[in-house]
Amino acid sequence: MKTLLCAGFFFLAVSASFAQKTFPVNGVADERSDTYLFVNATIVKDAKTTLNNASLLVQKGRITAIGNNITAPKNTVTIDCKEKYITPSFIDIYSDYGITLPQRSGIPFSYSAPARFNSDTKGAFGWNQAIRSETEGVKLFKADKEKAELFRGLGFGTALTHQKDGIARGTGVVVTLADARENLVIVKERASAHYSFSKGTSTQSYPGSLMGSIALLRQSYIDAAWYKNNPAAEGVNLSLKAWNENQSLPQIFEANDKWGDVRADRIGDEFGVQYIIKGGGNEYQRINEIKATKAAFILPVNYPQAMDVEDPNDARYVSLNDLKHWEMAPTNPAVFEKAGILFCLTPADLTDPKQFLVNIRKAIQNGLSESKALEALTQTPATLLSVYDKVGSLEPGKLANFLISSGPVFKEKTIIYQNWVQGQQYNVTNEEWSEIKGIYQLTIRGAGNAYLSFPLEVQSASFARITDKDTLQAKFSFNGKTISISFTPGNHSKSVIRLSGIVSGNQWTGNGEDTTGAPVIWSAAFVKALPSKTATDSGNIVLPSAKITYPFGSYGWEALPQPQTLLFKNATVWTSEAAGKLENTDVLVKDGKIAQVGKNLSDAKAIIIDVTGKHITAGIIDEHSHIATASINEGAQSVTSEVRIADNLNPDDINIYRQLSGGVTSSHILHGSANTIGGQTQLIKLRWGADDEGLKFKGSDPFIKFALGENVKRTTATANNRFPDTRMGVEEVLMDAFQRAADYEKAIKNAEAGSKGKKGAAVNPWNTVRRDLELDALVEIMNKKRFITCHSYVQSEITYTMRVAEKFGFRVNTFTHILEGYKVADKMKEHGANVSTFSDWFGYKMEVADAIAYNAAIMQKMGLNVCINSDDAEMARRLNQEAAKVIKYGGVTEEQALNMVTINPAKALHIDYRTGSIKVGKDADLVLWSDHPLSIYAQAEKTVVEGIVYFDRQRDLELRKAIAAERNRLIQKMVGEKKSGKAVAPFKASHYEALSCDEHEESGK
Amino acid sequence: MRRIFLFLLLSCIGYVGMAQDDIYPAKEYKGLLFITNGTVHVGNGQVLENTTIEVNNGKIVRVGQNIPVPQDDVKVFNAEGKHIYPGLILPLSDIGLKEIGSGVRGSNDYRELGDFNPNIRSLVAYNTASAMINVLKANGILLVNTVPQGGTLSGSSSVVQLDAWNWEDAAYLADGAIHVNIPSFVPARFAPPAAQQEAAKAALEKTEEIKSFFRQAKAYLAADGHDEVNLKFESVKGLFEKRQKLFAHADRVKQILIAVDIAKEFGFELVVAGGSESWQVAPLLKENNVSVILNAAHSLPATEDEDIDQPFKTPALLQKAGVLFALNDDVSNSRYRNLPFNAGTAASYGLSREEALSAITLNAAKILGIAAKTGSIEAGKDANIIISEGDILDMKSSVVTHAFIQGRQVSLENKQTQLNERYLHKYGLK
Repeated sequence: MKTLLCAGFFFLAVSASFAQKTFPVNGVADERSDTYLFVNATIVKDAKTTLNNASLLVQKGRITAIGNNITAPKNTVTIDCKEKYITPSFIDIYSDYGITLPQRSGIPFSYSAPARFNSDTKGAFGWNQAIRSETEGVKLFKADKEKAELFRGLGFGTALTHQKDGIARGTGVVVTLADARENLVIVKERASAHYSFSKGTSTQSYPGSLMGSIALLRQSYIDAAWYKNNPAAEGVNLSLKAWNENQSLPQIFEANDKWGDVRADRIGDEFGVQYIIKGGGNEYQRINEIKATKAAFILPVNYPQAMDVEDPNDARYVSLNDLKHWEMAPTNPAVFEKAGILFCLTPADLTDPKQFLVNIRKAIQNGLSESKALEALTQTPATLLSVYDKVGSLEPGKLANFLISSGPVFKEKTIIYQNWVQGQQYNVTNEEWSEIKGIYQLTIRGAGNAYLSFPLEVQSASFARITDKDTLQAKFSFNGKTISISFTPGNHSKSVIRLSGIVSGNQWTGNGEDTTGAPVIWSAAFVKALPSKTATDSGNIVLPSAKITYPFGSYGWEALPQPQTLLFKNATVWTSEAAGKLENTDVLVKDGKIAQVGKNLSDAKAIIIDVTGKHITAGIIDEHSHIATASINEGAQSVTSEVRIADNLNPDDINIYRQLSGGVTSSHILHGSANTIGGQTQLIKLRWGADDEGLKFKGSDPFIKFALGENVKRTTATANNRFPDTRMGVEEVLMDAFQRAADYEKAIKNAEAGSKGKKGAAVNPWNTVRRDLELDALVEIMNKKRFITCHSYVQSEITYTMRVAEKFGFRVNTFTHILEGYKVADKMKEHGANVSTFSDWFGYKMEVADAIAYNAAIMQKMGLNVCINSDDAEMARRLNQEAAKVIKYGGVTEEQALNMVTINPAKALHIDYRTGSIKVGKDADLVLWSDHPLSIYAQAEKTVVEGIVYFDRQRDLELRKAIAAERNRLIQKMVGEKKSGKAVAPFKASHYEALSCDEHEESGK
Repeated sequence: MRRIFLFLLLSCIGYVGMAQDDIYPAKEYKGLLFITNGTVHVGNGQVLENTTIEVNNGKIVRVGQNIPVPQDDVKVFNAEGKHIYPGLILPLSDIGLKEIGSGVRGSNDYRELGDFNPNIRSLVAYNTASAMINVLKANGILLVNTVPQGGTLSGSSSVVQLDAWNWEDAAYLADGAIHVNIPSFVPARFAPPAAQQEAAKAALEKTEEIKSFFRQAKAYLAADGHDEVNLKFESVKGLFEKRQKLFAHADRVKQILIAVDIAKEFGFELVVAGGSESWQVAPLLKENNVSVILNAAHSLPATEDEDIDQPFKTPALLQKAGVLFALNDDVSNSRYRNLPFNAGTAASYGLSREEALSAITLNAAKILGIAAKTGSIEAGKDANIIISEGDILDMKSSVVTHAFIQGRQVSLENKQTQLNERYLHKYGLK
C-alpha cells in the first residue's frame, strides 16, 4: 500500500477509467481499479452529520464505505487528508450546462412589424412555438469541458440541466460534471419538466404579454388533458403528447420574481400541480405569500451590485425600492430558512458565476446557517429530483462526488483543493494542497561551490519574502509541484537571482542563475512553521437596516393598516343618494362599513375627527384604468378573451398610492385596446400594501374589455396583416367570435345530453369537446355572467356592436370612451348600455374629430347612466375635477357631476350595493376633501377604503421625510462602496413607468 | 344714436351652425367699448373690484372705477358679478400645425426633416382653419405661440392671435423665438447600463455641434457682405441682436445647465421650455436671468419616490425663487384647452390665484416678448380680454361668456358647441 502524501498530479486519462463495453478500444485495454481511501479527514456526510478523523473508501466511482475502521482492499490508493474536510459536492438544480439555446428563427416580436401567426417549428408539433414540451434535455446534452471545469471550481459535481427556452421547455437531465463521455455522466435521463412565462426565442406573436403566457399555459393543460383521448380532430401532436408524459416528473417553474412566484403557483393550483419555483431573489419582501405557495424554491444569489450614484442627478433616478433591495437581497435565503420554506440555491442568473461562493457567504453573514446552505446545495435538490440515492450526501452506494477543502466549505478562508466527480479527481486549487507556508532555509550553490544562504518565509503559493538582514520581496510562485523564486539578494543590488525547481515533500531542489547570469544549483529545507496569527474573521458585518414595508418601495407601510372606528364630525356630506348634500353632518365608520350618517352622532370607541368646513364624498370609482398591472395588452390576435388582467396584477404600482391621494377607492383595471375582443378585466379596491389577491374587489361581477375602431384595426402600424383592417372587419370579428361561441356552447350541451342518454349520469363533456378558454368567456357573456366594457368612439361601430349583441341575446354593459355617444344616445338608452367617457378629450386622432365636451351632459340628459373615467394614471388623480367639467360643458348639476365618478360607475360595474355612495351599510369608501369636492382647490385629505385610512395627507408629509432620509442613507452607503474601492456598476435608472391603453410589452421582456 | 347692450347670461347664441365654416373672425372695431362693473383680474397680481375698462380702437385706454360711459355709439358690456381677465396665452403649442396627430399624416405640418433648421418658420404654415382654434378661444385662450418641432434647431415660433382669416392676419409677433432641443443625457428605456455613458457622450457631442453652429453664425453675421448667403445663419441674427429669444427645450437638470451654458457663451436671452426639473436649480436660473415655461402641471412625478404632488407644486417653487415662469398645457388628448386649470392646480399647491393667473397671462407675455402689447389689463395694451362667469382657474365656474381680441368681440362658437346644438336639437332637448 502506497501513501500519497501530496496527492500530486495524477490526472488520469478519463477514457481509460470510464470504460464503456460497447465502445471499441483503439489500443491496449487499460482497465483500472480506481480504488481510493481518503484517511484522517473531517467528513461532512450531509448537512447534519460530520465525522471526525474518518475515512472514505471509493471504488469505481462510487462510495463503498465511510467511517473509522474501514478495511480497504489491497489495490487501494490511500490519500491522507489530515486537517482537510470532505464535503458532498454541490448540485445545481437550475443549470443549462451542456445545452445551448436554439437559434432564433427570425426577428423577435415587434408590435410595429406584421404579426406572425404560425410557429416556425416544423413537424408534428403544437400550434405555439413557445410550447416546447417535446424538448428533451437528455438528447441535447453535450458535455462541455470548459463549463464543467468552471462549475467544479465553484464546488458543483452534479447539475440538472435543461434548455432554457420557451414557456414549456420540456425535460431536464441530471448529469455529473465529470469530463467523460455523455453516456457515463447521465444520472437521470428525465428528471424534471420546465416552464416559464417567457416565450424565449419564439418568433410567433402570441403570446405578447405576461397574461398571454399564463393563458397559453392554462389552455395547454386543458388541451393536453383532452389529447389523452386521441381526438381525431387533433391528429398527432407531439408537443401535447410530451406534455402529458412530462407530468409525472418534478415540475419546475421559472418565475423570477416574488409576484411571478405567486402567479406561477396559482396556475399549478388550478391544474393540481405543485411547482418547484425558481425565484428571483426578492421573495423576502413578501415571505408570507411565498410560504403560502407551499412550493419548494430555487433561489439565485445574484444580488444587485452597488451602482455609481455619486452624481446626484443620476442618483435621483434610482428608486428606494432598488436601493433597499441592493442592501437586503443577501438576506433572502436566511428569510426562507427562518420561514421554514424548503429551498435550493443556484448560481443561475449570476453574470459572473465565480461570485457564487462569495455570495453564499454573504447570505451566511446575513443569517443563513451553514448547514442550511449545504442542504440547499446537496440534499434538497437531490431529494426534489429523486436522485438522493445517488448524489447529495456521502454514503455507501452513492456517486463519489465530493470536495476536499482546507476547512468548512463555506468559510471565507477555506480553499477547495479538489473536486472529485464519479470517483475522479479534478483539481481546483490543488497547488495549495500541501501546506507550503513556513520558514525555509534557501541554499544556493554556485560555481566553485560558493554557498549563499537565505531564510525564506513563504506565506502562500504566490507570496514569499527573504527575511535576511533586510526583508526582501521575492517573486514566488508554486503550482503544487514546480516552484520559481526570484529576488534581489540585497537592498543595493539591482540584479536578481532567478531560481526554478521542484517540490518533493519538505525538500525543494532545482537550478537557476545568479545575479551575473552564472548557473547555480539550489535547495531549500523546511525549518519551522509560520508564527500563527489569531484568526481575523472578516470583522464586523454590518447587517442591512432597511425595513420590509408593504409595498417594499416608497410610501409603503411597516405594518399593514387595520380598519378603525372613525367618527367624522360636522362635514358637508355629498351622499350621491336621493338625500343629496347634507350640511353639518356626521359620518360614523365601523367595521369597514358606514355605520351611521346624521347629526350629533357619537361612539365611545371612535376616533373623532372634526371636519368642520370640509366635505365628505363617496370614494371615487374609475371605470377605466390601467394601473397596478404587469401587462395591459395581449394584442397578438384579434380575439383574446382567454387572457385575464387578474393573472398579472402588480400591487406595488406607486400609482395606487397616488390615486388614493386623489380620492380614488376602486378602479376597474382593463385590458388595453389593441384588439377587438381583449382580455378579462379586474376590479380592484386601492388597498395599498395588500398583495394581488388582496387588491381584488371580491364578489363583483366579472367583466371583459372589447375595443373598436382605429386601435383594433392597427391604424398606426405600417404593415398591418392582422384581420381586421377596417370597421367592416371589426363587426365580422364580433359576429364570428360569438357565432363560434354559440356553436361551442351547443356542442357542450350535446355532449352532456349524449352521455346522459346512455348511462343516466352526466359525463364530462370535455372528453369530446375541446374546452376553449377563449370561447368560455364569450359563452359567459351570452349567458349574462360576464359583462362587456367596450372601447368605442364613432356612431357606426357603437350601433353595430349593439346589434351584434342583440342578435346573440345579450347587451353591451358599458361603452367606454364613447366620444360620439351623444350621436346615438337614444339607441344606447334603448339597448340598455351604460356609458363612461372622457370629460374633454378631442382631436388626438381621426375617430375623435367629432368628440365634444358636451357629450357627457347630452347623454346624461338622455337618461343614460354616465361615468367619467380616466384611462390615464395622472388624470385619475383628478377625476373629481374631470366630473366638474361636465358642469362647465353642458350644465349638469353639481350632484349629477359628482355622481359621474361615484355612484354611476358603481352602477355600471354592478357594485352599487357595496360602494359608490354614502349610505348606512355600504363599504366605508370615503374621501375627506379640504374644499368643495368639485373645485380645483379641493385636496383629498384622507381617503378611506373599507374603514382603513389608506391615504392621509399629514402622514404623507412624514413619509416624504422618511423616504428622503432612507434614500440618503442608502446612497451614502453605495457611494461608500465605491470609495472603499469595491467594483461598482455604472449607473442605471430604475425602471419605472405608467402603462397606458396602447402599451405593448417590449420584445424579450 | 344707438346703444348696444349685451347681457352676459347666454353662453351660446341660439343659432345652429352646421359646420365651422359658419364661424367668422370678427370684424375690425375702431370705436369705443366699455366693459363695466366687473371684477378685473389685471394679470399683474392686482384685482380691481367693480371696475370698468374703456377700450378705444382696440386698445385699452383706461381701467378704473369712475369712468363715464358716454351715451353714444359705443359698445357696452355689463360685467357686474363677472370676472374679467386678460386673454390667456398658450406659450408652447402645435396649434395650426398639427390637426390630427395620430394616423393622419397629411394633416401634420409641425416637424420638418433635418437637424439644424433655424430658418424653418412655423408662422407660414399656421392654419387658421384648424378646428382646434375655436375650441381654445372658448376657454379663454386668445394668443398662442405656435412652435415647430424636430431636429436640434427646430426653427422659429410665432405668436398668433386666434381670430384671423389667414396667417398674415394672425401674426402677433413673428419669429420671436428660435427653438433648440437640448440633447438628452438619458439613454433609451431598455438600453443596457453602458448606454448611460454613451448617451452622455453623444449629448456632449451634440452640444458642441450646437455651439459650433452659433460660433460660425456669429462669425458669419459679423462679416459685411456675403458672396453666398447662408439662410440658416441669417435666420438666427435676431438672437444675437436680442430681437429673438432662445427657447431651449430641456427637462432634466443637466439639459438645463447645458442650455444656460450655451446662452451665456453667446449672450442669448434664454427661456427653458419644459423645465420639469427646473425647481432643482431655481436659484441658478434666477441668477442667470433665465425664464421657464413649465409644461403641464398635470403630470406624474418623475420617479416613484418623488413627492406625489411635485409637478403641482413646481410653479410655487419657481415663484418663491423669483424665477419668471409661465405655465403651459401639453396634454395631447385635450389639446391645450385645460391651460387655465393647470394654473388652478398651481394655485391649489402654493401659488396665490393671481400669481397663477400671471403664469398664463402677463408672465407668458413677458417671456414671449409681447408684454408691451398684451398680457394684462392695463392702459395702452391691446384689448385682449375675456369675461367669465366665475373663477376662470376652477372648472366648476370657468365659463367664458365673452372674448375680445384687439377690441373685437370674437365668436366663442366652435365645432363642439355646434355639434352640441345639433344634437340637442335632434333629441328635442332644446
